[in-house]
Amino acid sequence: MGKLKLAFYWAASCGGCEISVLEIGEHILEVAEIADIVFWPAAMDFKYSDVEKMPDRSIDVCFYNGAVRMLENEHMAKLLRAKSKILVAFGSCACEGCIPGLANLKRREDILNRVYKETPSTDNPDGVMPLLKVKVLEGELELPEFYNQVNTLAQTVDVDYFIPGCPPVGEQVWKAIQTLASGKLPPKGSFIGCGEKALCDECELKRAEKKIKKIYRNYEVIPDREQCLLEQGLLCMGPATRSGCGAQCVKANMPCRGCYGPPPNVDDQGAKMLSALSSIVDVKDEGEAKKILADVVDPVGTFYMFGVANSLLRRAKK
Amino acid sequence: MRKVTINPITRLEGHGKIEIFLDDEGNVANAYLQIPELRGFEKFCEGRRVEEMPDITCRICGVCPEAHHMASTKTLDAVFHIEPTEAAKKIRELLYSAFYVADHTTHFYILAGADFIVGPEAPPDERNILGLIAKVGKEVGLSVVKHRLMAHKIIQMIGGRQVHPTFGLPGGVSKPLSEVEREEIEKIAKEEVEFAKFTLKLFEDIVLKNYVDLILSDAYTLQTYYMGTVDKNNHVNFYEGKIRVVGPDGNEFVKYDPKDYLDHIAEHVEPWSYLKFPYLKKVGWKGFVGGKESGVYQATPLARLNAAEGMATPLAQEAYEKMYETLGGKPVHNTLATHWARVIEIMYAAERLLELSQDPGVTDSNVRQIPADKPTEGVGEVEAPRGTLTHHYKTDEKGIVEKVNLIVGTTNNNAPISISIKQAAQGLIKKDKVSEGLLNRVEMAFRAYDPCMACATHTLPGKMPLEVRIYSRQMKLIKTITRI
Amino acid sequence: MFEPRIVGFTCNWCTYAGADLAGTSRIQYPPNIRIIRVMCTGRINPEFILKAFKRGADGILIGGCHIGDCHYLEGNYKARNRYMLLKKLIEQFGIEPERLRFEFISASEGNKFANVVKEMTEEIRKLGPLNWGGGKKE
Repeated sequence: MGKLKLAFYWAASCGGCEISVLEIGEHILEVAEIADIVFWPAAMDFKYSDVEKMPDRSIDVCFYNGAVRMLENEHMAKLLRAKSKILVAFGSCACEGCIPGLANLKRREDILNRVYKETPSTDNPDGVMPLLKVKVLEGELELPEFYNQVNTLAQTVDVDYFIPGCPPVGEQVWKAIQTLASGKLPPKGSFIGCGEKALCDECELKRAEKKIKKIYRNYEVIPDREQCLLEQGLLCMGPATRSGCGAQCVKANMPCRGCYGPPPNVDDQGAKMLSALSSIVDVKDEGEAKKILADVVDPVGTFYMFGVANSLLRRAKK
Repeated sequence: MRKVTINPITRLEGHGKIEIFLDDEGNVANAYLQIPELRGFEKFCEGRRVEEMPDITCRICGVCPEAHHMASTKTLDAVFHIEPTEAAKKIRELLYSAFYVADHTTHFYILAGADFIVGPEAPPDERNILGLIAKVGKEVGLSVVKHRLMAHKIIQMIGGRQVHPTFGLPGGVSKPLSEVEREEIEKIAKEEVEFAKFTLKLFEDIVLKNYVDLILSDAYTLQTYYMGTVDKNNHVNFYEGKIRVVGPDGNEFVKYDPKDYLDHIAEHVEPWSYLKFPYLKKVGWKGFVGGKESGVYQATPLARLNAAEGMATPLAQEAYEKMYETLGGKPVHNTLATHWARVIEIMYAAERLLELSQDPGVTDSNVRQIPADKPTEGVGEVEAPRGTLTHHYKTDEKGIVEKVNLIVGTTNNNAPISISIKQAAQGLIKKDKVSEGLLNRVEMAFRAYDPCMACATHTLPGKMPLEVRIYSRQMKLIKTITRI
Repeated sequence: MFEPRIVGFTCNWCTYAGADLAGTSRIQYPPNIRIIRVMCTGRINPEFILKAFKRGADGILIGGCHIGDCHYLEGNYKARNRYMLLKKLIEQFGIEPERLRFEFISASEGNKFANVVKEMTEEIRKLGPLNWGGGKKE
C-alpha cells in the first residue's frame, strides 16, 4: 500500500483554508509521511495539463476550497472530480459560498460599475472596463469570464464529503485528514471535521430563559461575559450554526456569525435563525414587536452572512 | 510578435498570469501582468451593518485578515467619531505586532528565503523550504513552525481564532487582556525577539556574503516614489500615523493624514487586468514607467523604510542603518532589498510586541467606549505587511453601509510590479533565449513584493509552477519549457 | 391573461375553517389560491415560504387565528414575528414584499377569506409573475 495521493485546489477563495492546513502544526510532518501531494497550485507544480494526464480516480483525496465564481473554477471542479476517488468541499466557500456569496445579492453590472467607474479614487474618464479579449500594441491579451453568480462546489459537481468552517479550525482539519486516511470512510455526503449539534452545545455561557425585549447592535452594549449573548439581545447565530469550532468567537466576547453553516438536518440556515429569533421576541403587542424586530436592520446579512449561495433562494432576483 | 505566457503566477489570490511579447530580434518588447480575479467587496458590502465590516472584509485575505480587520475597526472609530480607549489601542497594536511577526516570518522562510539561502541558480527542486532546511538544518524548520504558531496563539488569545480573528469594535476591542494572558504574551514576545535576531543574522550572513551584487544589479532596480506610515518622529509604525511619501531622490514629497487619501491617490484602469493601478494624483499617471515624473509609487517594506527616517526600536534601528550603509545610502531602489527590509520589520515587530506586552496599561479593564454619535462616514488605515491599506465607508444614520472604497496593500504595487517584471524580462531574455534560469529570475522580480495571498503553505518540495510557451510568428507552438 | 399562483398556508382551527365556510356558503373566490392546511400558523417554517416562492408561487397568503385566539395560545405571535422579518428578507432578495401577506381570519369569517383572496389575486396579477426559476447557473 503506497502513499496516499492528495491534491489541494483553491478556487475563488481568500487563502484562509490553505492557512488552516498549516494550523495543524507539527502534524504536517505526519501528513508528509503518509501522503504525496500531487497537485497544489498554491504550493507546488501547478499545471492543469498534468491533472488532465492523470488517470481517472488516481487522486485519493482532493481538497477543493473556494467558491465557484469563474469558468476556470468550474472547469477544475469537473476535472478534479473525474481524477479523484474522493472530492471534499473544504471550507465555507466550497460548502456554502461564504462571504463571496454576498455578491449574489448584487448584479454583475453593478459590481463592475462600482469597482471600475464609481469609487471615488477611480480615475477612468473613458469608462474603460476589463475585457475578455484586448488588443494591445504588441498583440492580444485575454481575461477569463466571471459567472453572474457564486456557486458552491456541490452545485457544480458531485461531492463526497464536506468540511465546514471559515476556515475549519486546525484541530478539526487534522481530525478530518485522519478520518479520510483511516480507510473507514463515513457515508457519502457526510460532514466531517465538525460536530453534530448546534453551536450552543459547545458554548460555555449560561443559558436561562430565552425571551428578549430588545435587540442590540454589537457596538451599543458591553455584554455580560457569563450570560448567553442571544439572551442579552445580541444577534448570535449559535442556535442555527453547526458545532465544531469550540465557540471561538464567543470566547472573544463576540457573537457567532454562523461560519460553520447550518446544523445537521437544516436546509436553510438563515430561515432557521429567522424563525428562532422570532420565537424568542416575547411581546404580545404588534406595535412593540414591530419596533423590536425593526432593529434587525439587515436580515439577509445577519442570517445569511455565509450562506447566501447555498440558501433556498440562492441569489437576489436580477 | 511572439508571446511567451507564464500561467499561472501562484502568489496572488486566485490566478495571475504574465504575458511577454518578443519582437523580431527576440528581445522583450513588453510584459503584462494580468490579474484575472475580482470578488466585488466594494459593492456587496453595501446594505450590510457597518459593525460587521471588520468580519466581512477580513475575508478578503486569509493570510492577512488581521490587517483588514484592523483597518476596518479603525474605520469604525472614524465612522462613529469615537476614539478607542488607551488599553484598547495597546491591545490592538499588540495583536498587530504579533501578526506582523507571523506573516513576515512565513513569507521570508517559506517563500523567499530559498532564493538567497539556497540560491537563485540552485536546482528548482532545492529552491524551497526543504532545500533551505537542508542548508541550515531541520531545527530551523521546526523553529519557524513553532514561532509562527506562537504568534498566532497571541492572536487567538485576543481575537478568539487564528484565522479571521474577531475583536474590533468602534471605540475599542471586544474584551480586555488578563494578567495571565499578558504574562504568556510577554514570554512569547521574548522568544520572538530572539528568533527575529536569528533571522536577521541568517539573512545578513548569507546575503552579505554572497548576494550584494545581485541585489544591486540593474535588472532589479526600479526608482519610484515610496510610501509608508510614520509616527510623529518619522519612524515606521504599522498601526497608525501619517502617510509619508518620498520621491526617488529621497526627499519628502508629501505627508498627509490617511483620511485625506483621495487628495493624493487615484486608480487607473486597464482593460487587460481586473486589478486597478493606483498612482500619485499630484504627479499624474504617465504609464508604466518609474522616475520622478511618473506617479507610480511602491508601498512595501522597503518603501516603508525609505519613506521613514528610522525605526522606533533599537535593534531594528541598528539593522536599518546597516542595510542603508551596505547598499549605498537612502533611498534604496533595489527591489530585492525588500526582503531585507522585511526581515528588519520582523525585528521591529518583535521588539514592539515585547514593549507592549510589558506596558502595565495593556491589562486595564476599560477596553471599550460606547459611541454616542450617529454614524456617518470615515476612513481607517494601517500598514498591511504588503502595503498601505485604506478602508473608507459611508453609512446611513442607522449604520447601514451605503458606500465602500478599499485600496488594498498589494493593489498599491500593481504598477511597480508590472514594471519590475518587464525590466527583469528585458534584462534576462535576449535574442530568443528562454531558459529555466529565466523563469526563476522573472519570478524573483515578482516575489520580492510578496503580493497578497502569498500562500504560506510551501512546506513540501514546492516550485513555482511555470510553463513557458514559445510561439512562432505564425502563432504555432514551437517550444514548451515546463518546470516540475 | 396571467393567472397568479397563490399558495395559502391556513391554520386548521381558524382560517381553514373560514375557507370551508366560504365554500359551503357558496361565496365565490378565485381558484388561484392553493390551500395548504397546517395545525397552526406557528408551525409554518420560514423555509416553506422561501421554498414556495422558489418553486413557482407568485404570492403567498398566511392565514391564522386572531391575536389572542390561537388554539395553541402563542403560535400566531411567533408566526406574526416571522412574517415581519420575512417581509424584509424577501425584499432584500428582490421579491416584492406585497407578494407575502398575513391575515387574521376566523372560522366564522368566510366572507373575509373570499375577499382577501379576491384582492390578493388582483394585486399579484398587477405585479406579474415572479418566475423565480431558482437554482439555474448563469
